[in-house]
Amino acid sequence: MVCSLAVLASTSPCAARQAITFDSGKLILTNGVTTIEGSGGGGLATWATISGMGTGRAVGVSAHVTGLELPDFRLDTHGLAIGIHDRVELAYARQNFNTRQAGAALGLGRGFQFNQDIFSAKVRLAGDLVYGPALLPQISVGAEHKRGLDGGLVRAVGARQSVGTDFTLSATKLFLGASILASATVRFTKANQFGLLGFGGDKNAGRSVQFEGSLGLMLSPRLLVGGEWRTRPDNLAFACESDAKDLFAAWAISRRVTLTAAYVDVGSVATFAHQRGGLLSLQLAH
Amino acid sequence: MPLLLSLLLAAAPLATLPEPQTAPVEETAPVDWDTVDWEREFGVVRKERDPVTGEIPLDPYPQSDANAGAASFKGETMARAFGGQAGIRKITDRALDLSLLDPRIEAIFAEHDMVRLRRTLFEQVCFILSAGCRYSGREMKVAHKGLGTTRADLNALVEHLQQAMREAGVPFPAQNRLLAKLAPMDRTITER
Repeated sequence: MVCSLAVLASTSPCAARQAITFDSGKLILTNGVTTIEGSGGGGLATWATISGMGTGRAVGVSAHVTGLELPDFRLDTHGLAIGIHDRVELAYARQNFNTRQAGAALGLGRGFQFNQDIFSAKVRLAGDLVYGPALLPQISVGAEHKRGLDGGLVRAVGARQSVGTDFTLSATKLFLGASILASATVRFTKANQFGLLGFGGDKNAGRSVQFEGSLGLMLSPRLLVGGEWRTRPDNLAFACESDAKDLFAAWAISRRVTLTAAYVDVGSVATFAHQRGGLLSLQLAH
Repeated sequence: MPLLLSLLLAAAPLATLPEPQTAPVEETAPVDWDTVDWEREFGVVRKERDPVTGEIPLDPYPQSDANAGAASFKGETMARAFGGQAGIRKITDRALDLSLLDPRIEAIFAEHDMVRLRRTLFEQVCFILSAGCRYSGREMKVAHKGLGTTRADLNALVEHLQQAMREAGVPFPAQNRLLAKLAPMDRTITER
């Protein structure tokens, strides 16, 4: 109020309110793609990147839709993210996990869907994906607050809660001299099957430290191919949970459109083993 | 004294009352702003170009290959990948031509001594690639002082350099090895 009065009276130069600007100035593909949890990263693994094409003086936005087709299940996610000054990322994603025929076998009913909302925030602490000292990666911390919408059910299979928060610490660098992108993330989590089967369980109630890593080779400024590995907790007694891994190709069709295809192996899901299938993700970014 | 003060205070508004406003009469012809020589009005001094080199002379500065801001590659592999000095000159010229055509960054280059920049950028890349050049330009921080360049500007230039290298048929891994030498300079060449 004081500020706006002062501006009206033109007596003193108040700190000019910075207009929200979009510069779409990031190098192509350096905004990353979107994980199935809505955060900027690879397909399965979170990266230290900030979503959107805005640089340090601008704001960027991105939207994504992803489908993961498995032998007995299907996961659909969609969401929005905003990147502020290439420093802070705020994202929302919705996950719909369809149990198809497996739902009938599990006594849930055919095509029963587990749903989850994920609100996440990430802050870049230091470094830069591309620029700066060659061995200093971009380092970010993040939190993913997941709100499952099937509380009674996930508690019935042994989960402690239907709502939980993961914390992540990520380091990501594009080693230009070798055309290699490397990323490592430590996740502090108690999520079962990314949180779709709740948080904590009868076997293990608390958080555990998990790892996720990505290694990619740049074949052109627009094409990155590689693989990812993500370890996961095994908290529920009724079904074992295994590591998730994928082989992916991310292709920037244009500055603002990125298409990702992956072969994903999430192991055993709710007693159904060998869940391997294809992932397709479309990201629009500005 | 208190009486005098209050009298003065009472009189003050009277003293500063404005004259009754009348419409100002335009006596001189309206200025044609398009024809004003703004550089003369603001005292801008343009140095004459050197008749031999065509460059605008600079004050003397310490010359050293270290001004290039990066160590040069060992061996001839990189120089060969870029097609030697002729190939490098084509690439740096093309990258600057593309920048002059790019509305995002053209203004930075339009006000620059492009004759000199074409020479020094060529020398810098040629030196880093070990293609047989000495770098005679200024160090990066000094050369970019006052340009007000941003990360987005730098990224735009990188895209043009990538396009120029791609057009010249430089293999992608070799393109990235050159960019890896330039990338750590970002802090010295961007200011905002």
